[in-house]
Amino acid sequence: MYAQGLIGKPGGSVSDETEEFLAAFQARIDAEEKIEPKDAMPAAYRRTLVRQIGQHAHSEIVGMLPEGNWITRAPSLKRKAALLAKVQDEGGHGLYLYAAAETLGVSREEMTEELLDGRAKYSSIFNYPTLSWADIGIIGWLVDGAAIMNQIPLCRCSFGPYARAMIRVCKEESFHQRQGYEIVMTLARGSEAQREMVQDALNRWWWPSLMMFGPHDADSTHSDQSMKWKIKRFTNDDLRQKFIDATVPQAEFLGLSVPDPDLRWNPDKNGGKGGYDHGAIDWDEFWRVVKGHGPMARDRIKARRKAWEDGAWVRDAARAHAKKRAARKAVLAAE
Amino acid sequence: MAHLALIELADDHLILGHRLSEWCGHAPMLEEDLALPNMALDLIGTARTLYDHAATLEDAGRSEDDLAFLRVEREYRNLLLVERPNGDFAQTMLRQLYFAAFMAPFWHAAQDSSDEVVRGVAGKASKEMAYHIRHAGEWVIRLGDGTEESAERMAEAVEELHRFTDELFESSPEAEATETAGVLPSRDRIRAAWDATIAEVFSQAALEVPEVYPQTGGRAGLHGECLGHLLAEMQYLQRAYPGATW
Repeated sequence: MYAQGLIGKPGGSVSDETEEFLAAFQARIDAEEKIEPKDAMPAAYRRTLVRQIGQHAHSEIVGMLPEGNWITRAPSLKRKAALLAKVQDEGGHGLYLYAAAETLGVSREEMTEELLDGRAKYSSIFNYPTLSWADIGIIGWLVDGAAIMNQIPLCRCSFGPYARAMIRVCKEESFHQRQGYEIVMTLARGSEAQREMVQDALNRWWWPSLMMFGPHDADSTHSDQSMKWKIKRFTNDDLRQKFIDATVPQAEFLGLSVPDPDLRWNPDKNGGKGGYDHGAIDWDEFWRVVKGHGPMARDRIKARRKAWEDGAWVRDAARAHAKKRAARKAVLAAE
Repeated sequence: MAHLALIELADDHLILGHRLSEWCGHAPMLEEDLALPNMALDLIGTARTLYDHAATLEDAGRSEDDLAFLRVEREYRNLLLVERPNGDFAQTMLRQLYFAAFMAPFWHAAQDSSDEVVRGVAGKASKEMAYHIRHAGEWVIRLGDGTEESAERMAEAVEELHRFTDELFESSPEAEATETAGVLPSRDRIRAAWDATIAEVFSQAALEVPEVYPQTGGRAGLHGECLGHLLAEMQYLQRAYPGATW
């Protein structure tokens, strides 16, 4: 008997991971069993999940900023309420995701510090600015749309807490996507100025949305192992293609043009079902933004740091008050 | 002229809701990033129903959005308290406590209104406001009885905001008419309940009610300079693209 429960815990050495252990773990994955927090797991599996769930949570939190930028300028009371509720949902997603990551032995505070000092990444889509109201519609439609493509398969992820969190997240995201499309539709059917506003927003967000699926499969470093562990179920390129095929007809329906001169219907694609060929993605831009040089990267982190630092005295006060209360209770109990 | 009294009340809710919404994404902790928009949504929801009802009573073809986005500073009738800038978290929570400690008993009494829509709003809003008292009151206590710094900030918030609280109990001529008609409760009758809530929270927060020189004028459209900036931001799209549908 050996303490398998310790294997893969932070600090657990890799040499504990015998061939038999790894094979048994893989067999559970292959049998579609869910891995739960107290189960033994390889250190690399735990690390991958902490990284991925943490990044996902950070993306939700940083993602509150570009859309939050329009809450105070939403054009009607109905839109204002819907946008507030949407941004609040994103904060909620951040909260469940941090909780899911905490089951793997990392605290929300540690993860927050990693975000604020630049060690942890978040989705680079949020490093683009929201320049008009139409961006709010386009983000709902394209960015949430791309997120859903990525996240629906995560509802079947091998790690139980992540898979379960994603079920609720996906339900809310698909509501957001419909809301976004409805904003886009209203603008597309509105005045000439509104149509120009929404076309401009589509022009700016189309390529960054395609980049959300990550590098081409050939250049993706984490893909193979994640597929094997069933953390990931489809490749970046497969998901990107699915997104394009679903989205182009939606743009056509609204009379908007997708800013890709090489976009063509190809009846032979997708095993004869047909699909769109698309133009080359600007990978230089992708890597520039991923490496932290996106137009809003500094501002986003600065805003998060400011909120965290400005709030330090509030968190300190809450802790101090809780201590005082506990001490008073103890005195009362002793009397 | 009941619609004017309802517009005053709607303005209070919208402006305070707008102020709370400015926190979204910038709060001291994630839980408050969720709670502040939640409270903002309660307030904006109430404002919408009240504007809509006021527009129906007015019967001049205006919509809730016309009332919210197409009136200028001098036409807004909100209390000075609700338009005050957020300041720090202590000021935001105290402002919320002052407002909710008034609105909870106000909406509770309005459940007997002669107006069906007001009764409907009152049922929902009285529960929401009771929750806002709890949330804001707990924070005022934590901060008042937390660290030295938080206690100083809380005392400063009282210094900053208490002078705007007398206005809560004043009724404009339009509001007085609705009070006589049994549409809205009489504002000066809410004082005892408000005093009791504030006294209870302040005693636990080690805060004192200061002597102040009251500031009023909101109901006559005489606001602080801060309101114009809030409206400029809030109304920007409606002003830049007149007549557009969003």
